[in-house]
Amino acid sequence: MKRVFALLALVGAVAIGAPAWAEEKVAAPAATATAGAPAGMSGMSGMSGMSGMAAEAAPAAAAAPAPVVNKGDNAWVMTSAALVILMSIPGLALFYGGLVRTKNMLSVLMQVFTIFSLITVLWVVYGYSAAFTEGNEFIGTLDKLFLKGVTPESVGATFSKGVVISELAFVIFQGAFAAITCGLIVGALAERARFSAILLFMVIWFTLSYIPMAHMVWYWAGPDAYIDAAAGEAAGKTAGFLFQKGALDFAGGTVVHINAAMAGLVGAYMIGKRSGLGNVAMAPHSLTFTMIGASLLWFGWFGFNAGSALEASGGAALAMVNTWVATACAALSWMFAEWMIKGKPSMLGAASGAVAGLVAITPAAGFVGVMGAIVIGLLAGIICLWGVNGLKKLLGADDSLDVFGIHGVGGILGAILTGVFVDPALGGTGVYDYVANKVGDFDMATQVIAQLWGVGTVVVWSGVVSLVAFKLVDIVIGLRVPEDEEREGLDVTSHGETAYHH
Amino acid sequence: MKFVTAIIKPFKLDEVREALSAIGVQGVTVTEVKGFGRQKGHTELYRGAEYVVDFLPKVKIEAAIRSDQIDQVIEAIEKSASTGKIGDGKIFVFDLEQVVRIRTGETGTDAL
Repeated sequence: MKRVFALLALVGAVAIGAPAWAEEKVAAPAATATAGAPAGMSGMSGMSGMSGMAAEAAPAAAAAPAPVVNKGDNAWVMTSAALVILMSIPGLALFYGGLVRTKNMLSVLMQVFTIFSLITVLWVVYGYSAAFTEGNEFIGTLDKLFLKGVTPESVGATFSKGVVISELAFVIFQGAFAAITCGLIVGALAERARFSAILLFMVIWFTLSYIPMAHMVWYWAGPDAYIDAAAGEAAGKTAGFLFQKGALDFAGGTVVHINAAMAGLVGAYMIGKRSGLGNVAMAPHSLTFTMIGASLLWFGWFGFNAGSALEASGGAALAMVNTWVATACAALSWMFAEWMIKGKPSMLGAASGAVAGLVAITPAAGFVGVMGAIVIGLLAGIICLWGVNGLKKLLGADDSLDVFGIHGVGGILGAILTGVFVDPALGGTGVYDYVANKVGDFDMATQVIAQLWGVGTVVVWSGVVSLVAFKLVDIVIGLRVPEDEEREGLDVTSHGETAYHH
Repeated sequence: MKFVTAIIKPFKLDEVREALSAIGVQGVTVTEVKGFGRQKGHTELYRGAEYVVDFLPKVKIEAAIRSDQIDQVIEAIEKSASTGKIGDGKIFVFDLEQVVRIRTGETGTDAL
């Protein structure tokens, strides 16, 4: 354990050093923003905090009266934060827990539960600051370390000019996202990972992959900074790398799903296959729990997606309906495809399809029309079924609970299709231009290329960070438990308890 | 005295119990068991992965009876547990040396 604490200290030091390292590169970005126009809604608004924004946006903003928090919006974002927390615990924990063998049930519950707690603490200590303050294109600063200066009076931007919510509501909402993203990864390593290794990996990966990706995709100065073309251009340059590229990610297809899936895939390769894979029966021990978990995920996802509108608006309602419909379509399409190919419609298939649909609609939720959501959902169910069969065999990694097959494949599919179905001609909302204060002209090819930038960046970034982090953890404490412990089950050997007493 | 062990399909348990009560069998012991016979196992599919389930759930019934009841008991179990399909199970019959009722100390057929 001493080594674990030593490494935690090391990671802390790296985290604090990171902004300095990042600042050296600050000169490099030559704002490749799409033709000066702001990228428009890109999932979440970054909280520059009103002070930073006012300084940025010239005298007009300074003279404006202090914005008043909209209570309705605030209530919705806080409610959504609680819903997203429900997705992690117990939703994801039960979904994963049901899929492992009886002897490993508690290990999965513990991993998800502990990661949730760990990331919560890291988020308020430095995560929020590094992700959602104005730094460079890739990472923020430590100006709000320990939430310094974030008070009940602090406000943050939404997607409407002059409408703000409490910054603390945004802090917990975003923190819940960070926690579930890290929790998703354990599915790929289930049934053989060392508990301490997982915790250490999460600290490193959260710091070096989650935070930068969240900053790259979601950080922007907020709509109030886009007063005119010049101010808009200046504000645009302060936004995250992928925000500037114009990549749309409503609620976290890239930041959450592809990001976690890449970490899972790399981890599955590096930790190796479960011993006895192919010879020993590894059937899920309780699909009842898996069904409950999947349903809680679905329920919580209304907060995840509709909450990402940051306002209790029509846009939030659109995201909610899309989250409802696309998921139903994916559950059906996976089930019917499985029924045709394998002969039986399974509960696990329907539940997996639902999760695939939720993943795929995440980046698109507030951008596409309901018919677009139907297409995305139907495709997600079928393509992710391939993801856990054909693609899984092709990749050859023992991704125990199919994190990549569902979150990676579904995330990439959703990211690309967001660029297609956001098209107003296909029922989408288009991309809002905050300088002109109207929906901008839309070009599908440009948008899909921007989406591919998002996918490519997260695949490479998370892939490299994960590779280094897993290697480091393997050297320091070892990724796997010894084989006899794996055979006996992690519940008893790692945690000293058993899930069931018959 | 005879000792009868029958392995049957789980959902046939109630019918077998009723059939045995009807012919005067005073008590049985039931255990949930797993095993395989000619039926072998079956395969289960979870997402892509196929698992062969070798051991199927069955119910084991044990009853101690008088020797003169044996034909009746075998017939009763055979009829009530039968579906005509593979996997209906088997009946094993043993000679039983001694029975003791713990409460009273009775032995032999008196203890049945």
